[in-house]
Amino acid sequence: MATQAGTKYRTVIGLEVHAQLSTASKMFCGCSSDYATAEANTHVCPVCMGMPGVLPVMNRMAVEKTILTGLALGCEIPGFAKFDRKNYAYPDLMKWYQISQYDMPLCVEGSLDVEVEGETQRIGITRVHLEEDTAKMIHATGEAGDEVSLIDANRSGTPLMEIVSEPDMTSPDEARAYLVALRNILLYLGVSEASMQHGQFRCDANISVWPGDTPMGDVKVEIKNMNSFRAVQRALAFEEVRLREYWDEHGEMPVQETRGWVEGTGRTVSQRTKEHSHDYRYFPEPDLPPLTVDREWVERIRADMPQLPEQVRARLVGEVGLRPDDAAQFINDRDLLLFFESAAAGYEDRQRLANRVLNDLVRELRDADKTVADSPVSPEGLVELLELEDAGKVNRKMGAEIFKQMVAGGCGAAAIAAETGEQISDEEELLEIVRSAISENPQAVADYNAGKQQAVGFLVGQVMKATRGRADPGAAGGLLRAELGAAD
Amino acid sequence: MLDPKQVDHVATLARLALSDAEKQAMGESLAQILAHFEELEGLDTSDVEPTAQVIPLPNVLREDVVEPSLPAADVLANAPRQEAGHLAVPAVLPEEQGA
Repeated sequence: MATQAGTKYRTVIGLEVHAQLSTASKMFCGCSSDYATAEANTHVCPVCMGMPGVLPVMNRMAVEKTILTGLALGCEIPGFAKFDRKNYAYPDLMKWYQISQYDMPLCVEGSLDVEVEGETQRIGITRVHLEEDTAKMIHATGEAGDEVSLIDANRSGTPLMEIVSEPDMTSPDEARAYLVALRNILLYLGVSEASMQHGQFRCDANISVWPGDTPMGDVKVEIKNMNSFRAVQRALAFEEVRLREYWDEHGEMPVQETRGWVEGTGRTVSQRTKEHSHDYRYFPEPDLPPLTVDREWVERIRADMPQLPEQVRARLVGEVGLRPDDAAQFINDRDLLLFFESAAAGYEDRQRLANRVLNDLVRELRDADKTVADSPVSPEGLVELLELEDAGKVNRKMGAEIFKQMVAGGCGAAAIAAETGEQISDEEELLEIVRSAISENPQAVADYNAGKQQAVGFLVGQVMKATRGRADPGAAGGLLRAELGAAD
Repeated sequence: MLDPKQVDHVATLARLALSDAEKQAMGESLAQILAHFEELEGLDTSDVEPTAQVIPLPNVLREDVVEPSLPAADVLANAPRQEAGHLAVPAVLPEEQGA
């Protein structure tokens, strides 16, 4: 591996991703895992509250979703896994220990291929393990006027999957590409909602910079508090420059530390010295029996594997016949893909459909400040509009206008077309309008006769204007040419 | 006797405020515990499978089914301080957050 162009340094980046698993109940108890909408401390029981003497029991769905993720990342699934206690005292940790997996995780040694500037890079996956999330803390002024932290234990004990990469990434761009690809996989697998904004997909980054090709140690900087892909990329880019400058000045890496990304200033700031792992005093969780993961179980989980992003991409380009760029857009927006696939079930010209989805739908929804998930236009609604256009009942321009109204009002295409009037393709009706356009625009006619073909375009525009866009532009153009020719 | 600095370190991790007399006593009893484990280390376990768990039951799993939780009033009943349905503790700075 080479140093980065234009510098004598090589950047080494590894990422830790925490993804909340989509389950109905918590990791070790039957409390609902819905913490986002529930009233504070209403989805809590003695297990997730950390009361003494309780017995946690593993959620099968969480275990299987973690193994499924490992399989999608090409991991090995060891035949034996166990849980451990990670001990640390913090108010958001109800038991003062977190049940996690230390040395025998569910999945090990996988990889993920990511594309950066047209080249495919294989990023190693060290491990995928399962643990429990912490409670939520809100910082507030208390009733006594003092500063307090308010604790809501609804999130305490919800299942959390940690995916640790090898330090195989060499640039902030590569790190971002890895995160995008990993998130897509989780979404396609249906194991996590994986919204970064909602804290369902969180990323911590480790970065170090070394002169020459070989790292000279394992000192690194850990960056936290990044809440978007862009934040990860920016924080790593900032840190890469800071570390290179530190090397230029001091000839070594700075002391290992944790730094927090501050979005507003675009900088990282020092937080606290990283605890050494032995301070967590891991030991096997005595309340949970270990897991024996036999081949039969793994194969049963593998049998439910849905199509992964790369397979869907290949299908969209190969079978469906979309342009690669369009396929890539669908891959990165799962809701848009589902919309397209649902519409494509009822419409033959897939590329035309894709164009309308990627252009008109995306634009109109953005202008209306709506998402694909709450689109007022259904896939069937869009197909209805395309069929009206194909049948010549509305032209492309009218179609765009009708589509706007569909997004605004939620009415169907046919209903709107019936109200605004269909396209005028009737030759007699059009001819009248064409003739008056010709008689009202002698200059354009003169231009045409002087050999300016584009004068026809101007006259078609006049016909469209006179009909408020309802004329069939193809038919109008043909009639115009015929009339102008006849006038010669 | 354990090094007083090690006693302090362990006490800090456990968030315990110990008096000098308690530190002395803790140092002595921790040293005894460590001595006991050193004794165990002397045993020949080369023929013994490593054990993480003494319960002979692998794969105890539950289905992903929601069961009733406690009433919020019960959850908070033993809290020294509560505000607006939350447990309230002295402020912790967000950037110190763990996990």
